[in-house]
Formats: sequence, structure tokens, C-alpha cells
Amino acid sequence: MSGIMDYPKNGRFGDFGGRYVPESLHGACVEVERYFEKFWSDEDFKAEYIHILQEYAGRPTPLTHAKRLSDQLSVDVFLKREDLTHTGSHKINNVIGQALLTKKMGKKKIIAETGAGQHGVATATAAALFGLSCQVYMGEVDVKRQALNVFRMQLLGAEVIPVGSGSRTLKDAVNEAMRAWVSEIETTHYCIGSVMGPHPYPYMVREFQRVIGEEAATQFANQQGGTPDFVIACIGGGSNAAGTFAGFVDTKAKLIGVEPEGGAAISRGSPGVVHGMRSNLLQDEFGQVQEAESISAGLDYPGVGPEHSYLASIGRASYKTVSDSEVLEAVTLLSQLEGIVPALEPAHAVAYLAREAGSEIPKDSTVVLTLSGRGDKDAEVVASLISARLGKK
Amino acid sequence: MSLLSDTLASKHKSGSKLLIPYITGGLGEEWIEVLLAVVDAGADAVEVGIPFSDPMIDGPVIQEASQRALGMGATPISILSALGALELDIPIAVMTYYNLIHHAGEERFAHWMIDASVSGAIFPDLSFEESVSWRQISTDLDIDTVQLVAPSTSNDRAKLLCEASEGFVYAIGVMGTTGERAQLHKSAIEISKRLKSITNKPVLVGIGVSNSEQAKAVSEVADGVVVGSALVRRVLEGEGPRGAYSFVADLRKAIDS
Ligand SMILES: Cc1ncc(COP(=O)(O)O)c(C=O)c1O
Repeated sequence: MSGIMDYPKNGRFGDFGGRYVPESLHGACVEVERYFEKFWSDEDFKAEYIHILQEYAGRPTPLTHAKRLSDQLSVDVFLKREDLTHTGSHKINNVIGQALLTKKMGKKKIIAETGAGQHGVATATAAALFGLSCQVYMGEVDVKRQALNVFRMQLLGAEVIPVGSGSRTLKDAVNEAMRAWVSEIETTHYCIGSVMGPHPYPYMVREFQRVIGEEAATQFANQQGGTPDFVIACIGGGSNAAGTFAGFVDTKAKLIGVEPEGGAAISRGSPGVVHGMRSNLLQDEFGQVQEAESISAGLDYPGVGPEHSYLASIGRASYKTVSDSEVLEAVTLLSQLEGIVPALEPAHAVAYLAREAGSEIPKDSTVVLTLSGRGDKDAEVVASLISARLGKK
Repeated sequence: MSLLSDTLASKHKSGSKLLIPYITGGLGEEWIEVLLAVVDAGADAVEVGIPFSDPMIDGPVIQEASQRALGMGATPISILSALGALELDIPIAVMTYYNLIHHAGEERFAHWMIDASVSGAIFPDLSFEESVSWRQISTDLDIDTVQLVAPSTSNDRAKLLCEASEGFVYAIGVMGTTGERAQLHKSAIEISKRLKSITNKPVLVGIGVSNSEQAKAVSEVADGVVVGSALVRRVLEGEGPRGAYSFVADLRKAIDS
């Protein structure tokens, strides 16, 4: 219809995206693009992908009407429950697609970067399922704060490689995974975990995540009728948001991405080129990339997927920020009103909604909010920050 | 055509092998002395890296050098103005990542280079496809934009890149990041042969050329070498201009013999 989220022309969404890679990686990106184009239009491949998502990963996920939260906020909130997928976040949708593609390409090994560890866990899971060997690059800071996920990856048979360069978080894990990929291109697929990186990754990952938005749109229409007024998702690289938006971009729903204050590439960054793409980026006056700083390892990234820069530039989606303390409050709010402990990442979306209900989100609006993952992985971090406060109650 | 192409082409024609050492700009108080030492030791041109926060194609040594230089306050302006103050008999090429150019604006950055008498540009993450507007600007200003060709590059694409490359053709010796290797990878010899058969421009091999012996072996097939990490490591270890001089002088002797 509108074509806003169509295949990127020349690998670009408007002025954003592209393929800024060293020559050593050019051929590999072209190969991924060719295979993806071939198989994404192949009904058998799609059927296999959907079959695995259903029989193995627990799709479709429910759209839950959050009644007590809705009452408290005076808006009608529907939660898209990616927290209920196998491995506990939306990352599995993308990984199943890329692991299938890895098989088709005849490659035996899969590597990934991870921040919160959810993409790493999903990749390790798919590697086990498909009999691939797996290495996951993870910043040293994240290895510490997401220790549970490090153990899960190892249990699943993957090797976790701590990255000690730069800010020792997601940004540097991406650098290191790219470096590793260069030296093992023949045998290895790089499974990027979000809608970022060189073409075709931003598009491919969004296509593997669009199942979120398509399901949610149908479910909303069945349960409530019509389309929601607002669709809200958190933004790290932007994959759960892009997948969600894909189901609603051609409707009247207002699309809102929520960034952490300390990693707000769209709200506070400017166009730049890193990790193979031109997109919004936190950078200094000379173009050196700045370090993001967020309580949430999954959103602790100074860049963002190019499609979001594009959607922001044409005004089709808007991007808001929330603070770490608002996020912690949102974790408690959702836990205690709905019995759902969210991951810190989607708690950003909840925090925005809680703050703006009755204001930017007018009273009685209908809202679909993507709950991209469950909170187990964050228990330790959250406990250390809020147990004192909970105890006082 | 600029100083880089002219200089390299005439040395190449005279039958001499070409030596281009790489140093990280802004690495230590003495980096200019290191540069001058490298020139004295017989470099045909020098590749000066402008450090970037996220050097995607660099291994641990140049990552470390970049971080140290940035920590000491190196910026594109500080490095280019230091270069501009020198009077050198050989050409300088700048190596850096595209975001620094993108952020400044391509035209503005190109003029900074001209003001600093820099005659070559090596931007490894600016792929050929994304470089259309930059190449227009650099051509207009007589800056040579060097293209890199990898072992994984197809023959058709290698032809295109060699055709477009200015100054010399940068043959990537090994699929991997910059960094020293104990052994010369056979891909270094293979890519030299392959590119020599499709271009008359000088073909220099960089990435994975770590010592005199390897430099000599590669130069028997290629027209010369770019040596980075092995030199930068010596600077990081505190060997200073003297260490840089003797290392480069040894390389010179090896490829000339
Ligand atoms: C649960 C969850 N949500 C969101 C994200 C952020 O990624 P994206 O913005 O690509 O959805 C992560 C990343 O680790 C995550 O684990």
C-alpha cells in the first residue's frame, strides 16, 4: 500500500542504510542478500520457518489485554507477549530465520554479537537445534551484568567470547564479531541480532520480525476491532519495534519507539556511519562514536537501525526517551499489576506509557505495546537497585 | 593524478620496489619524529592513520594505538595540521574510517587534506558503491583515492576496483584484520599474482605483512608492501623514532635486495 516499509532501494531506506563495509566483507554481504532474496520468496522456505516458529518457538504469542494496568492508566493496553516465546524474547524469530538461511548457504558455523544476552541465547539455541557451531561476542560489562544468560549460552553449547575493547558493551561486541567474520567468511554466517548493520541485514531482520506486528494486528482486530491508536515498542537496534511497526505502518496507528535517555540515537544523535550503515548515531564533534549508557544492556547502543532513522525523518514514527529510574518503576508496575515481570528493555516502553498516559497518550486511547522479553535475566541487576525500596513498603 | 600516483609510478617504472609504512597519527608526543624517521629510513610514501573510535578492520595493535592517540586528544584537525606544517619529499596518504569524513562533510574534509598537503585517501569502510560522491570530490581536488581489493573479491569486481584505484592498488594480503602474522599467508601471493595480471598500476600488499622476510617474499610477486601493525607495535612498546627507523630501514633493505 503506502510502500513506506518496502524493500530498500539500493540498500537504502531514504537516505539511511547502505553498505559501508570493508572490501573483505563485500562478497559475504552480497551472498547473504542473494540467499535471503531467493528464500524469502520461496514458499517452502517460508513454510519451514513458520513451522519452526509454531512447533518449537511457541508462536503465535498472545495479545494480552492488560486490564489492571489499563484501569490504572485510563488507557486500553494490549501487550504483545514476546516474553512467552521460547528463550524469552523476540530475538528467536530472527535467529530461526537466519539459522535456516545458514543451512541453505551450506555454512557450518554461526557467530553473533549480544548485549543483554537474549540474542546470544537465541542464537545458541538455534545453533543447537540445527547442529551448527556457535560463538557469541559479548562486551565484558555485559558478561557481568547478564551472567545468567552467559551461563545459558554455555549450557547450550556456545562459546561466549568476552570483548574488552572500547566501552566493552554491545557496540564493541559488534566490532569484534565483524572482525571475526572477516577471517572465517567461507564457513561462517554472521547472525546480526537487530535491524542494523550493512544491507541486507536491516531489511532481512525486520522481515524475520514482522511476524510480531502481523500477528498483533490480526489479534487486535479480532479482540477489539479495528486498529489501535498507538503502537509502542522499545528501541535498542530497533528490531522488535521494526517488526511490530511492520504490522501497522499502513494503518492510522501512531507508531512510537522508546529509547533510553543514555542511548537515544534518534532523539539525541545525528546521522553517521558505523557498523556498515548510515543511520542516527551518538557521536562527538569530530564523528568519534560516543558510548551509550543505559541500565539495560540490550539498549546500551549508540546507534539505531536505519529504517528507524528513516521513519523518524518522514514523520511516520516518533521516538521518545525515558530515564533509568522511570524504567525501574515500570518493572515494578507491570509485575505487580499484571503478574508479568518484563525485561528492562520493554520496560522502557511501559515506562513511557505510564508517564504519558493521559497526556501524549490521551485518556481512553487503545495501545498495543510489544513486551519484547521477560525479566528473568535482569533479576540480579533489578534486585540490587530496587530491593531496598520494595522492602520499605 | 597527484603526488602519490606520480611518485609511485615513477619509482615503479624505474624497477624499484615500493615501501609504504603505516603509522597511527597522534600516537605519543613523538609521532611526528616517528614519521620523519620512517621517511629517512627509505619510505616511498607514508600512510598516516587518523584514529577512529571503532576501527572495524583493525586488530588489537592498531585498536590500542587508536585508543591511546584518542586518549591523548588526537583529532582529524590536530593530525592534519601537524602534517601540514611539515615539508616532506614524499607523499602522504591518510587512512581513516568514513564517519570522520562523513561527519565533517566530504568536501570540507577533502580541503583539510589539501591544506595539509596530503595526496592520498584510504578509507577502508567506504565501499566502492558508497564512494561515488567522495570520488568526484577527490578527483576534482587531485587527491588519489586508493581502492582495496580482497582475496574474496571476484575477478570482475577486482578489475573494476583496479580500474578505479588511484596511486596504487591496495591488495589485502589475508582475510582478516590488520595485525602481525607469524607466517605469510598464501593468499598474499595469490592476490598479488591475480592483480598483477589485471592492472599495470603498482600493486602493494598490506595486512599480514609483518617483517622483512615476509616483505621480501611478497615483493617478489607484488610491487611492494604496506607495513602497519609490526611498526605500530614497536612504537607502542616505546621504541620511538630510532626503533621505527631501524625497522623500516631493514624492510627497505629486504625488498631492495
Ligand atoms: C528483550 C529485549 N528487548 C529488546 C531488545 C533490543 O533490541 P531491538 O531494539 O533490536 O528489539 C533486546 C536486546 O537485547 C532484548 O533482549
